[in-house]
Amino acid sequence: MPKGDLHITPTTVLETHGLTKIFGGLTAVNNFDATINKGEIFSLIGPNGAGKTTVFNVVTGIYKPEAGNVIFQGKDITGRKPHQIVSSGIARTFQNIRLFQNMTCLENIMAGQHCRAKAGVWSSIFSFSSQKKEERRIHEISESRIEQVGLERFRDELAKNIPYGSQRMLEIARALATEPALLVLDEPSSGLNAGETEVLMEFLKELIEKENLTILLIEHDMNVVMGISDKVAVMDEGKKIAEGNPDEIYNNPRVIEAYLGTEEEA
Amino acid sequence: MERVKKGFFGSQQGLLFVIVGLFVIYPFLVSNYYIDVVFFFGIYALLGLSLNIVLGEVGLFDLGHAGFYAIGAYTTAILNTKLGIPILLLLPVSAIAAGLFAYIVCSPIIHLRGDYLCIVTIGMGEIVRLALINNPFDLTGGPNGVYGIDFPSFGGPFVVDSSIEYYFLIWVIVVLSIIGLIRLQRSRIGRAWNCIREDEVAAGASGIDVRYYKLLAFVIGAALAGVAGNIYASKLMAVSPESFSFWESCMLFCIVLIGGMGSIPGILIGAAFISLFPEIFRPFAMYRMLIFGLVMILMMMFRPGGVWPRKRGGAEFVSLLSRKRKKDA
Amino acid sequence: MQVVFEQIINGLTIGSFYALIALGYSMVYGVLKLINFAHGDFFTLGSYLGYTLLVFGSAFITTHFGLWGGMVAAMLMAALCLAFIGVLVERAAYRPIYPAGRLPAVVSALGASIVLQNAIMVIWGPRYQAYPAKLIPNIHLNIWGINITVLQIVILVLSFVLMGILYYIIQKTVFGAAIRATALDKDTASLMGINFNKVIFFIFTLGPALGAMTGVMVGMYYRQISFTMGWNYGLKAFTATILGGIGNLPGAMFGGLILGVLEMLGAAYISAAWKDVFVFMILILVLIFRPNGLFGEKIAEKV
Repeated sequence: MPKGDLHITPTTVLETHGLTKIFGGLTAVNNFDATINKGEIFSLIGPNGAGKTTVFNVVTGIYKPEAGNVIFQGKDITGRKPHQIVSSGIARTFQNIRLFQNMTCLENIMAGQHCRAKAGVWSSIFSFSSQKKEERRIHEISESRIEQVGLERFRDELAKNIPYGSQRMLEIARALATEPALLVLDEPSSGLNAGETEVLMEFLKELIEKENLTILLIEHDMNVVMGISDKVAVMDEGKKIAEGNPDEIYNNPRVIEAYLGTEEEA
Repeated sequence: MERVKKGFFGSQQGLLFVIVGLFVIYPFLVSNYYIDVVFFFGIYALLGLSLNIVLGEVGLFDLGHAGFYAIGAYTTAILNTKLGIPILLLLPVSAIAAGLFAYIVCSPIIHLRGDYLCIVTIGMGEIVRLALINNPFDLTGGPNGVYGIDFPSFGGPFVVDSSIEYYFLIWVIVVLSIIGLIRLQRSRIGRAWNCIREDEVAAGASGIDVRYYKLLAFVIGAALAGVAGNIYASKLMAVSPESFSFWESCMLFCIVLIGGMGSIPGILIGAAFISLFPEIFRPFAMYRMLIFGLVMILMMMFRPGGVWPRKRGGAEFVSLLSRKRKKDA
Repeated sequence: MQVVFEQIINGLTIGSFYALIALGYSMVYGVLKLINFAHGDFFTLGSYLGYTLLVFGSAFITTHFGLWGGMVAAMLMAALCLAFIGVLVERAAYRPIYPAGRLPAVVSALGASIVLQNAIMVIWGPRYQAYPAKLIPNIHLNIWGINITVLQIVILVLSFVLMGILYYIIQKTVFGAAIRATALDKDTASLMGINFNKVIFFIFTLGPALGAMTGVMVGMYYRQISFTMGWNYGLKAFTATILGGIGNLPGAMFGGLILGVLEMLGAAYISAAWKDVFVFMILILVLIFRPNGLFGEKIAEKV
């Protein structure tokens, strides 16, 4: 159930103002405003093609918006490159899982730690002690993350060989390894069965409580949206058409209309 | 005592010891001609390793690598014959020249997608070769090239001027390069490279500066090719543009693919194939290259991942050189 | 002024060679994402086959077909042979490699190229061969002060006709639509009922056939042929393919023509020695500013 009341002093983690993204003749995102506060789980929902992933892609630097800006922890990050945004503290997963297929699960997670380390070419070639220390730290953090998502048995397995549900968790572990303040998840429960979805929901709630994270997610599974969100925003055809807490949204006639009442729950 | 010995020679370390031993003894057993054959194997090994950084680790489609080789060779040739600068000093200079060239030339095009990058690298390689043939500012000697290049000298009597000395020179450099490359492979830099090869977008989204690491791969790869160029130039005492053609770049490409992308032992095998095969099949005269082409096709049919593909996660090729032991699962 | 036109006509002539060869590259590349290095050797082989026919059949040809007929006969025969050889090479060297991915396919294509080149050398010898002068029409014209040969006109007309036919096939027929669909999305195309094997058969007969005809024309135009000439033409043609945009067949045609004209103008006004450098520089500049080729390619990546 939403736990908005637990937060006494909301600090704004992410704001978007008038975000607009146009592809040729198509306005994928039209004047999108949102504010996400620290410790919140903020869900972005809407029918297919509404522009949700595009919003994510703009926020995480894959696209540059035609208008509007993105403010993260008080700093304007609009138009910055993806890796810079990760360094600032936003990490994401993808709608259709993008793991490093031919690398091991542990290596996938270690990739996340890349931006939190500094060793360069010379210190790596000559194995300076500073580089060795860093490598040990990277290994330790990656090992703990892989245990956290329960995938330590796949440690040395190639990412392409592990089951689908595990791949989703692995991608989240990789995102967590970047030590983010904001976790951006694109349909994390997609393709998971009911049991796996439950595990995911618990996992996300724990992240908020134990690690001081904020989560932004796109979801189609209404159980997830209703079950863990503090706030929900609804998009349709590029525009935000409603925002509020899950109960308000669930009963909003405009929202129901946008979906034409066809959303299937898991 | 007996059991320890058997165990030693049965392990990977043992195999390595035997191979190194063979390499050390070989030049004392054969004539200069055959020493030179393995010298050129060494040159191709170094070139293969240099292209491997770009193609094998990062997955960038580089079909113009001979251009960097040429820059290294001609930098050595020109600075030595025109200004008398010693060859050994020119080794790092050639590496830097090639690396700098790569940096300048690749920066504007590094964002290009795979196939387009391919044609641009081909173009770059051709531009280098054509520029060398056309003898701008009378520097490069045109189609005849530059000749009269010195030997490397470590001072006093320590001059590298015989086949056997060149043999050891190139292979020492190859071994040092392998050590450095293995360390890079296992570092965050090597991981970043492999991530880019797997999925550029995901790599960026995981915090890796894709542009920087692609450029870095090109620069290091070019520098290593430049080193090969330096040694090649002084060994042959002359350089000419034909050695640096598109064909050469294709052969380097084949070394990496036939050996196994990102696999250091594979690269060595690939280099052996490319350099030793034409030698071994000399008796077949004009059918030699025909067979060579057929073997290439067959190799890709039966071992598309390379003769010795890169293994991930488990024990890598040389655990001798790494102090880190893998934690038991 | 006349000289400029002459250079442009020369440029268009050589450009149409590049264009026709580029079409073969582009079809294979668009559908299979494979750089068919052997394609340049198909072109060379066609040239040599035409040479053989003309040399050994010269008496027969001149009596029955006349000079022009001889050229057409050589072209047709070369085309037929290469259509067959093209399919053979695909079955032997490429088909087994598809599952392994793009990069092994490149090595295999290089291997195929080496085999073909050396086969040509073994059969015809390593020295240059020359198309027999007496079988090549040598009529010069001077139209409005521009020097031009009838051969050039015929070649230009033939080339444009061939390009036109191919354009028509690709853009207006069902076959062509099948090729374009497969190039865009192989899996969906086959799900829509397009027979992938038929598409492959089509591109590996038409492409090499075009290349072979071009080879004969080159033989007649330049007279001298060598077993390595496919390399250079292939490289330029591949450049044209990319210049025009991957998978964009009309783009490849224009790319070839533009390349030829640029090369000739570069040779005339900059320097003959640097003309290829000039051409490659233009290519690189174009790609820096239009990373998807002059005419753009037709794919998009969804993140």
